[in-house]
Amino acid sequence: MSVLYDIRNLSFSYPSLGRKVLDGVSLEISEGEVVSVLGRNGAGKSTLMNCMLGLLKPQSGEVLLCGKDLRNMTEREVASVAGYVPQIHTPAFGYTVFDFVQMGCASRIGLFSHPGRREHDDTAVALSEMGIEQLVDRPYTELSGGERQLATIARAIVTHPRIVLFDEPTAHLDFGNQLRVLRRIKRLAGKGFAVVITTHNPDHAMLLGGRAAILDRQGQLVSGRTDDIITEDSLKSVYGSDLMLKYVEEFGRKVCVYPNL
Amino acid sequence: MEQNTRKKKKLNIVFIYLLFLCLLLAGTVLAVCVGKYSVSPGESIYILASRLFGLPCEKPEMMQSVVMGLRVPRILASVVVGAALSMSGAAYQGIFKNPLVSPEFLGVSSGACIGAAAAILLSLTTVFISLFAFIGGVAAVLLTVSIPALIKNRSNIVLVLSGIIVGSALSSVFGFIKYIADPETQLASITYWTMGSFSYIKLSELLVILAVIAVPALILILMSWWIDVLSLGEDEAHSLGANVKLVRGIAIACSTLLTAGSVCIAGTIGWVGLIIPHFGRMLVGPSNRRLIPICGLVGGLFMLIVDTLTRTIGIEEMPVSILTGIIGAPFYCWLLFRQRRTLS
Repeated sequence: MSVLYDIRNLSFSYPSLGRKVLDGVSLEISEGEVVSVLGRNGAGKSTLMNCMLGLLKPQSGEVLLCGKDLRNMTEREVASVAGYVPQIHTPAFGYTVFDFVQMGCASRIGLFSHPGRREHDDTAVALSEMGIEQLVDRPYTELSGGERQLATIARAIVTHPRIVLFDEPTAHLDFGNQLRVLRRIKRLAGKGFAVVITTHNPDHAMLLGGRAAILDRQGQLVSGRTDDIITEDSLKSVYGSDLMLKYVEEFGRKVCVYPNL
Repeated sequence: MEQNTRKKKKLNIVFIYLLFLCLLLAGTVLAVCVGKYSVSPGESIYILASRLFGLPCEKPEMMQSVVMGLRVPRILASVVVGAALSMSGAAYQGIFKNPLVSPEFLGVSSGACIGAAAAILLSLTTVFISLFAFIGGVAAVLLTVSIPALIKNRSNIVLVLSGIIVGSALSSVFGFIKYIADPETQLASITYWTMGSFSYIKLSELLVILAVIAVPALILILMSWWIDVLSLGEDEAHSLGANVKLVRGIAIACSTLLTAGSVCIAGTIGWVGLIIPHFGRMLVGPSNRRLIPICGLVGGLFMLIVDTLTRTIGIEEMPVSILTGIIGAPFYCWLLFRQRRTLS
């Protein structure tokens, strides 16, 4: 299997912050893999993702995408390989869901041209893949959180990138919508997309399976099979409280539960 | 069925475009007719057509010179300025992902005011007043965009703050020029200039400025889809594959040229660039591909009406900004009322 992301010894710190947010982080992500990144608030999960997208420039180390150094790639080249689903936010203008999703084609559009027939068709396909065809003419600003997340995922997969990065895709969603979004993500992984998500919920990592990575306060990252990485000990050190992992026979997997308050 | 509703929607938008195009044409002909010396619609079309196709014209000299020498240049100017200000307003609002932004806020107008005031102070002719205003406007925007580059933070918020800094610094300079200007003559012309007027237009000057405005307007229309992408925010646009610096740079440059070009035709005119884009969004939705062209039509029509009113109501001619303010403020209030649910 070919390697998509090869992150080598990455270090990053914000000028205003004393400590390093990322300190010598290395991670390899191959075609079709699912990787869940865990870590407490402010640990640098989003920072890592922004470095992977070229939005932030690391102080040392390098990120190779399909064997090419990210620093030598244009926005367009990065976007055609890696789709990005940012955290939900409200945009200033209420573009229709169709127009919003179609913006995912930007990496194929010239500076002085508009999306054409092909982009129109690809947008329709992405909308139906996410099961939101009925929303096409609704203003994006009027959608519920769950619908908005699905529209943003549709936008990320319009041009069929090889990997999709999700920044806390389940934040701000109710239980039902969290599950719906996770199901869509799992289905994408089944279709051959590699997937990276950041999450606050260890259960989500275990639901998706694949690999997990934990980013600690010192900016160090450990990664491996989800079962090996997510243990009661590692959870205690990440979240600073006692959490339990129970094997549930019905599901054939472990779940994470809180002890009594 | 979904295909059908989409087609219907497309037809609706085509209809809106045609409607405003017809209104603009009809308004232009009507505006040629009204005024102290009234001309019938038939006569005005006859004179226009004979000039356009180089045919001999049998109407009285006086009528011809009123139509071709006074009204036509003025009407053309008002349509062009209204269109340019509205299009650049829509573009600015998209670029800065803020529907409350107007073309003035990077300092174009304050810069242009200083340029014009300096020219008036030096007792230069109207051509130089226009030229100085244009240079002043562009220079002010260059100053505004260079501050983020200097402090090495090119985010939108720094640019907006930098616009505020440059704007207030320039208004002090402008105040100083007004302070040292001769109150009898120069101060009056400076004040009159800043309130906007279409009364000193000459066809030859207008044609030069038209070229300065047509090119950036065309570029904005061509890249309008990218302004949608840009309005999602810098990081998001970047992650979708947009070269944010380039797209934003070209869009700001074009909008600035549009505003500066308008200012040197007619002085500073408030409100138009702020309210017409809102009205346009109500007509065709927020997508800039449809919005920027409709802003050209609606803005042109609006300015035409306002300017025709300034020269027909009352005995003395009124500065344009007075009317745009009187119409603009309640209109904006009504827009806010309409959109109260969607504004957070």
